[in-house]
Amino acid sequence: MSSTENTPQRFPFLSEAEVPAGGEGWESMYPYYLVPSEETKEHEEKLLWFADTMHWSRGAHPFDSIGAEAVYYGVGTFSTRIFALPVSLGMDVRVVNGYVYIAPQGITDPARIQERAEVFQKRAGYYYANWDELYGQWKTKMEQAIVTMDSITFTPLGAYDPDSVVDEATGRSVSMDILENYHRLIDEFFAVWQYHFEFLNLGYGGYITFFQFCKQAFPLIADQSISRMVAGVDVLAFRPDDELRKLAQLAVELDLVQTLRDGGAGTEGALKAKALRTELESTENGRTWLAAFDAARDPWFNYFTEYGFTHDQETWNTDLSIPLGSISRYADKIAAGEDISRPIERLREERDEIVGEYRALLTTEEAQQFDALLNLARTVFPYIEEHNIYVEHWSHNVFWKKTRELAELLVEAGLLEQADDFYYLNRFEVDMALTDVVQSWAIGVDIRGKQRWRAEIERRKPIVAALQSASAPPAYGIPPEQITDPFAVMNYGVTTERIQEWLGADQDEKGLAGIPGSLGVVEGPVRVLRSEKDLPLLQPGEILVAPITAPSWAAAFSVASGVITDIGGMMCHAAIVCREYGIPAVVGTGYATARLTTGQRVRIDGKTGSVVYLDGGPDTETGRADLVDAADAPAQG
Amino acid sequence: MSTATFAPRGATGLHGPKDHTMYTLTFTHPDCTDVRQVGGKAASLAEMTAEGLPVAPGFAVTAAAYRRYRQESGLKDFTSSILDKLTPESGQAAFDEAERVITERMESVGMPAEIAEPIRAAYRQLCADTGVEDIAVAVRSSATAEDSVDASFAGEFETWVDVVGEDAVVEYVQKCYVSVYSGRVLSYLAEKGIDPHDIEMAVVVQKTVRARAAGVMFTLSPTTGDRSRIVLEASWGLGLSVVGGEVTPDRYMLEKITLDIVVREAGHKHIEYRRGDAPQDVPEDRRDVLCLSDEEVIALARYGKNLEKVHGGAPQDIEFAIDEELPEGQNLILLQRRPETVWSHADRKPKFDAAAGMMSWITGSISGGAADLGGPGHSH
Repeated sequence: MSSTENTPQRFPFLSEAEVPAGGEGWESMYPYYLVPSEETKEHEEKLLWFADTMHWSRGAHPFDSIGAEAVYYGVGTFSTRIFALPVSLGMDVRVVNGYVYIAPQGITDPARIQERAEVFQKRAGYYYANWDELYGQWKTKMEQAIVTMDSITFTPLGAYDPDSVVDEATGRSVSMDILENYHRLIDEFFAVWQYHFEFLNLGYGGYITFFQFCKQAFPLIADQSISRMVAGVDVLAFRPDDELRKLAQLAVELDLVQTLRDGGAGTEGALKAKALRTELESTENGRTWLAAFDAARDPWFNYFTEYGFTHDQETWNTDLSIPLGSISRYADKIAAGEDISRPIERLREERDEIVGEYRALLTTEEAQQFDALLNLARTVFPYIEEHNIYVEHWSHNVFWKKTRELAELLVEAGLLEQADDFYYLNRFEVDMALTDVVQSWAIGVDIRGKQRWRAEIERRKPIVAALQSASAPPAYGIPPEQITDPFAVMNYGVTTERIQEWLGADQDEKGLAGIPGSLGVVEGPVRVLRSEKDLPLLQPGEILVAPITAPSWAAAFSVASGVITDIGGMMCHAAIVCREYGIPAVVGTGYATARLTTGQRVRIDGKTGSVVYLDGGPDTETGRADLVDAADAPAQG
Repeated sequence: MSTATFAPRGATGLHGPKDHTMYTLTFTHPDCTDVRQVGGKAASLAEMTAEGLPVAPGFAVTAAAYRRYRQESGLKDFTSSILDKLTPESGQAAFDEAERVITERMESVGMPAEIAEPIRAAYRQLCADTGVEDIAVAVRSSATAEDSVDASFAGEFETWVDVVGEDAVVEYVQKCYVSVYSGRVLSYLAEKGIDPHDIEMAVVVQKTVRARAAGVMFTLSPTTGDRSRIVLEASWGLGLSVVGGEVTPDRYMLEKITLDIVVREAGHKHIEYRRGDAPQDVPEDRRDVLCLSDEEVIALARYGKNLEKVHGGAPQDIEFAIDEELPEGQNLILLQRRPETVWSHADRKPKFDAAAGMMSWITGSISGGAADLGGPGHSH
């Protein structure tokens, strides 16, 4: 890319993206409208595209691109058509080299903004006015959607249609149910993502209004101080981790710490977990503990290691070594005399004290507005904190489970060699292949495209592997002068400054800049991890570097001395959870997983959002990190 | 005319020690906050001390001591005979002549032992409390007037610094007494219509600050007016170099609520005032290093926060010093405070137009900088 002093700095265009070696031909794997094209090139080159590695931290399998469709269809409907955000349409979405990129779209025409503002005030006003009631309905709706999805079955086809077709004179083959149920599954998944955005942007809107009030009243206030005033201390988001703490406490009381340590954690998790169960079942204390453990599993262990956007992510339930390892670590801490309980009352008192002190600095008129807006922010914030459990964890858990059942049906029908191959086809290709399977069965012939699909899947395997071994550049295209989309800023941490830093990052050899996620300064060697499966590699005192850390990584925070992520803003879950646990965090650095190497020593400052390289390259010694500035860190929760 | 009510001649067993304690009061003594007993200056130092705010340690010589002094050798009658002849129209020369005559008489009388002894004892106690032998003190007036407790005599009376030893302290307390009758003061009082006999000259004796570092603290951000911040500027030596803009001071900013230090910028401090007269060069190796430790910054900010609270939440402008003679933990000194005036008087409007209503505020907020739908919005 050639640039002169007169051309504004930009990232490469989508069409200039370099395909990683071995990844050639990736475009053919995804629905055409997710792939940059000649027809849309002019439009694409007007926008800034940033990597949504928050949700897809790796190159996506073809089938997994369904999430990108569902999410940005959901964003689009609510932003553009339902609530009519005055200055924002939806986010356009593309897959580039397997990674998901999104582009905020602003509106500038004043007349159109005015018109949309009227629609927005009327429609959003209804939701804000009835928030608690509607949110209550939302929970019921989500629970029903999860039950509905879970009730979907894919019954393998026998030699004949069942007797019931005749007895009940249905007049149609049950093979039709397979296609119908596949479509229902897809539709339910899309519906869940509609529900997701029913409240999310309004939630952010309420929060941002309080945020902006605070920024004017206290021009220098730290973002974290604002969120600390609003954040809940006893919300659903912390429940899975709280369950682990409780089980750890129980293990200590029942004298099972050693048993768990020897049998729970480790790389061959599944096997060990089975052996551990057998051992626990042999004692009275063990059985007592197992009963509590099993009671916690549904629903709290239906919890993805990341966000559940990829089919191959484990939940705590599918890989019990993850929760068992965390329980064991917590139990060790308790045994060592540490208090790991989250003191809800104290946290709440601290929060109220901070609120009281800020409020005392305001004029009477300001204080009235402060009260109204804090109340608004606290009304909407539970949704921001809790919705992931319903959508990304519980719904996705069922969705992926059902796709696996379907994949197994296709293996049994002879189309696929193994269930994992399913995900190398996109959702339309699955539809087509399924149609082939069903119709061939009905006609009484061999599947007509068996060789065709198997060959295609084999072609795609090395492509996907190549895409996944490469990191995603943080952005493509031309940055706007100002990033005004509050949601891009709040959720993804994509700010005007961050974009400039990304643009200049190639030249910076001293470190990385990100968003202050959680206070504190820490020095130490880093551990670059792409998946929670690798968490056992994390050594005490290391600084965790990941594309994004989901709340389910929380237990790792008792080991890590700090956290650095590629993407995320101050409201991303990594930041929320790090603040809760008092671990310094710098989020949204753009390049951390690409630039840092395990063992390399860095200093991170969670207040300024900086990551400074302390040495040129990886350090062989991975000693304990030194807490540089303990006074900076908030009290541990 | 009442006679020696407060101070019977000779320390009798009945009255002696008890009455003597009334002639001096340390800043920590509860009675020291009584303006009538010790004057405004001493009372405010005692008030700050009572509020847990550190001032340079010291004591007040009470108004009672002054009254006792004037009973000595018929001084009161003597000054009356001189002053009764004066009117506001007498002219400066007459006031100056009065000063000369009265000063001569007062100096010949000297300090009665009954007053001198408690002053000496208080000075010795100050040396013991601070652990500084022959501590250098400042002696200044804390004058009050019977009928006008709030009358300010700021700048009318002299201050003597670096007074060392008990003899000298007694001598300068007496100089303070004499200064009531200086020609300049007499003409000022005449102009204000205050009878010099109504003046009660209490005196403050306070450790002279030996500043390792000093500076100014605002309990808001002076550049943005943000009240959730505390900002300090500091340099080596006395605060003169900071106030006078002669150095680039170190700059610290804290979050007022949490007292987290959010900015720590070393300045360039090439000179320092060690004794308040002439500046001297700071050695190269100290110029660009921070002159306050984090602990000191946080402790000072905590004092600033308290001071603001005590003054009804009004942002404060505070001068402080770190005394190098006092032991750690007692070495932070607040020298002066006044209400901050620039931002405190600015007309502050909340972010949103109250009349427009919540939905309008939300609409404006989610529209970022692109639309002004949230009502009139904000200024400055």
